[in-house]
Amino acid sequence: MSKLFESASQTAGPYVHIGCVPNFCGISDVYPNDLGERMVTDAAPGERISITGAVFDGTGAPLKDVLVEIWQANSDGHYGNDASGFTGWGRQAGHGETGTWQFDTIKPGPVAHASGHLMAPHITFWIVARGINIGLHTRMYFPEDAAAHADDPVLARIEDKSRIATLLASRADDGMYHFNIHLQGPQETVFFDV
Amino acid sequence: MTDTKGGYMARDWTRQPPALTPRYKTSLTRSPRLAKISLPSTLSEETGPVFDQNMLGPLDNDLITNFAAPGEMALGPRIIVHGHVLDETGRGVPNALIEVWQANAGGRYRHKNEGYLAPLDPHFGGCGRVMTDEQGHYSFRTVKPGPYPWPNGVNDWRPAHIHFSVFGQSFAQRLITQMYFEGDPLIWRCPIVAAIPDRDATERLIAPLDMQHTIPMDAQAYRFDIVLRGRRASYFENRPEGM
Repeated sequence: MSKLFESASQTAGPYVHIGCVPNFCGISDVYPNDLGERMVTDAAPGERISITGAVFDGTGAPLKDVLVEIWQANSDGHYGNDASGFTGWGRQAGHGETGTWQFDTIKPGPVAHASGHLMAPHITFWIVARGINIGLHTRMYFPEDAAAHADDPVLARIEDKSRIATLLASRADDGMYHFNIHLQGPQETVFFDV
Repeated sequence: MTDTKGGYMARDWTRQPPALTPRYKTSLTRSPRLAKISLPSTLSEETGPVFDQNMLGPLDNDLITNFAAPGEMALGPRIIVHGHVLDETGRGVPNALIEVWQANAGGRYRHKNEGYLAPLDPHFGGCGRVMTDEQGHYSFRTVKPGPYPWPNGVNDWRPAHIHFSVFGQSFAQRLITQMYFEGDPLIWRCPIVAAIPDRDATERLIAPLDMQHTIPMDAQAYRFDIVLRGRRASYFENRPEGM
């Protein structure tokens, strides 16, 4: 079997919107809508949730030009094309002034792991932006699943247990999950080499 | 397990840009300082969104006309960009979604944050998308983008480039990269290109002129193959408890 080498990554740059969310940046009439804009249909079973947050750089400033993608299981813990039309995949750009983004989705169920354990409900995040040379993988877990976190085989790989908190969303009075990602510094989010 | 697919092959970090590359200044505050946690791929990375060819509009892969007024075309050297999307085992990746974006022939992007004095082309938007066929082949038509000055060093210019976003068969394969053009003297002066630590890995982002597919009196062709990560073949894989 021949072995090729994965193509080298390059930054998405500051104008990633043109290619990935053209309607968001004012290029309308090329595609009917931005891919990943809407993840959930009225028919999709499961608990409706919204997740909001921002990505912060090492000076504490939000990335106003970030592009965030998420990938998640449906409410039964299954990935992929769901008969209800739930896509499992979303993509949002940070707001041009504040850097905040929001995903309207459903809470994923737990997913099987090769070890035989279940992974606690989680959402995979992939982050690209100007200044990021290769997309960053992380996960968001839910604050109410503390018991499942203790048994999660991925969280178990994080040796410094104090860093697990960087992967936990919080639930605010507005009912939304809040999940801020810190690229660098004292609150640095855990990123994975998958 | 009956699955004959193993996990994804470990990424070769000698051929990928590290997060911190100080000559590319924005990477200084946007690079993690702590080590990444190694994570053998799980179902969450071994699956990914699947797209349908029917989603594509008839002009999605033609940047010369997909933003132009009826009967008009974008200005600039007409080119076809084509190639294969393969995985590291050499197999073509079918139904891979490729999204591209680029500046116009003068190096100007259609974006509100862009202040370069080169003019917009009223008939060029700068976005396109295409899906690979059963063999992993794709092609799209566009105009060759111009080089573009950027505020990094006081006189830094990006080589002519087209941005590529690629979805393979899983989230682990998700890739964004840039394609450069054979013979461009700006390539080896660019701090973003220089973020890649390996000469061969860099050269594979440079598309050669492809006279065989050039259409006489119409459009030159450039050839650009993209390699996504591959999965290990694994007929017997039992991960130890707790891994």
